Amino acid sequence: MTERKLRVLVGKPGLDGHDRGAKIISRAFRDAGFEIIYTGLHQTPEQIVAAAIQEDVDCVGLSILSGAHNTLLPQVCQILKEKKADDIVVFGGGVIPDDDIPGLKSAGIKEVFTPGTSTDDIVAWVRNNVHPRA
Amino acid sequence: MSLAEKILQGDIRSAARLMRDIDDGLRSSVEELKKLYPHTGRAYIIGLTGPPGAGKSTLVDQLTAAYRKAGKRVGVVAIDPTSPFTGGAILGDRIRMNRHADDDGVFIRSLATRGHLGGLSRSTGNVVNVMDAMGMDIVIIETVGVGQDEIDIVRMAHTTAVVMVPGLGDDIQAIKAGILEIGDVFVVNKADRDGAERTVRELATMLDMKPSKPGEWQAKVLKTEAQCNRGIEELVAEIQAHRDFLFSTGAINHLLEERNASMFMDLLKDRLFSDFFAHIKVNGRFRQIIDGMMTREKDPYTAVEEILTEETGKVKWTGSA
Repeated sequence: MTERKLRVLVGKPGLDGHDRGAKIISRAFRDAGFEIIYTGLHQTPEQIVAAAIQEDVDCVGLSILSGAHNTLLPQVCQILKEKKADDIVVFGGGVIPDDDIPGLKSAGIKEVFTPGTSTDDIVAWVRNNVHPRA
Repeated sequence: MSLAEKILQGDIRSAARLMRDIDDGLRSSVEELKKLYPHTGRAYIIGLTGPPGAGKSTLVDQLTAAYRKAGKRVGVVAIDPTSPFTGGAILGDRIRMNRHADDDGVFIRSLATRGHLGGLSRSTGNVVNVMDAMGMDIVIIETVGVGQDEIDIVRMAHTTAVVMVPGLGDDIQAIKAGILEIGDVFVVNKADRDGAERTVRELATMLDMKPSKPGEWQAKVLKTEAQCNRGIEELVAEIQAHRDFLFSTGAINHLLEERNASMFMDLLKDRLFSDFFAHIKVNGRFRQIIDGMMTREKDPYTAVEEILTEETGKVKWTGSA
């Protein structure tokens, strides 16, 4: 039997047009042997959740630099819950003040990576915290 | 309730999960596919192939929009390459089409080639069958960006569109064998660019050189600018014309027969090989042969003949599940 391959959706919710980080992380995940679905810029939480479900991903990584993280990130978790897909792990990254992190975590974001985090650490975190569906 | 039953009741998540099981090669997926098979055969399958960057994903996006406007449900299977070094893949076709993500009438699935050559993934045919059973009226398959010889799509689709762009090569490229022989319709995308007319002319000349028999489909060359939605209506009309041709002449029967045969043969090949190989690996014959080849005491030609006659009867053929 073949081994399950980890599938990750990398999403850019909201209106910022800066996707260098999303591309770098996608590349790091690719090199770690994951399959990444990158959905591109300017996505609504609804579009991200619909894509995550259709692609049957194990986790969703959200990159956000616009400052709207307190609104958009919890929305993704909320809609996943409404669609009974909250078994999909959500994590985030970007310019996010430390003070906002506890609130995001209580809203369902499992981890938040701020500027300066090495891609190795993020890959290691995914390996330890996300497991391909049985 | 089984995944198949849930899918037939319209459950999206179950469909997505079954596609994953198919892609990951789980035996259980075969049982589900058996249950879905009687519900397939209704979708019209369109293939889009062509070189990387030709605009296939953008065309798929516009075609999807056009079919949605006509009230059709659309499934999309988009294939991107797997890294031969790490096994990872970045599937980016959705970037061009994710505006359809939260439309209930559209289901998009990205697949990685996972080492399969030919422009598709091994799982593509089965994933298309799931979309068919979900009740999609149209299923569009976008191949990985291909060059010359990746022609699996022609055995999967009812209508194959070959997408080209200006400036890729001269007319000798166009008369070589391969993907330029398989188009039911040719699209020169990015037609606002320099050299578009020349590319159209070269493709048309190539098609003219093909000896045509009476009653055969005559492929046309169309121009599109997918990004600004130009030429899409004409492309939809041409696909419809080809579809009408297939059904009015009965050519569809020949096409379906070939498609079914190749699907069955692929399955048979896979199962024969995997069971046989598992058997000779476990009983040590495989190792013996490889060692024998190393010292040149055994040649691989004789080895194959020997194991076929000696081992075939002993293989434990895996039945269902």
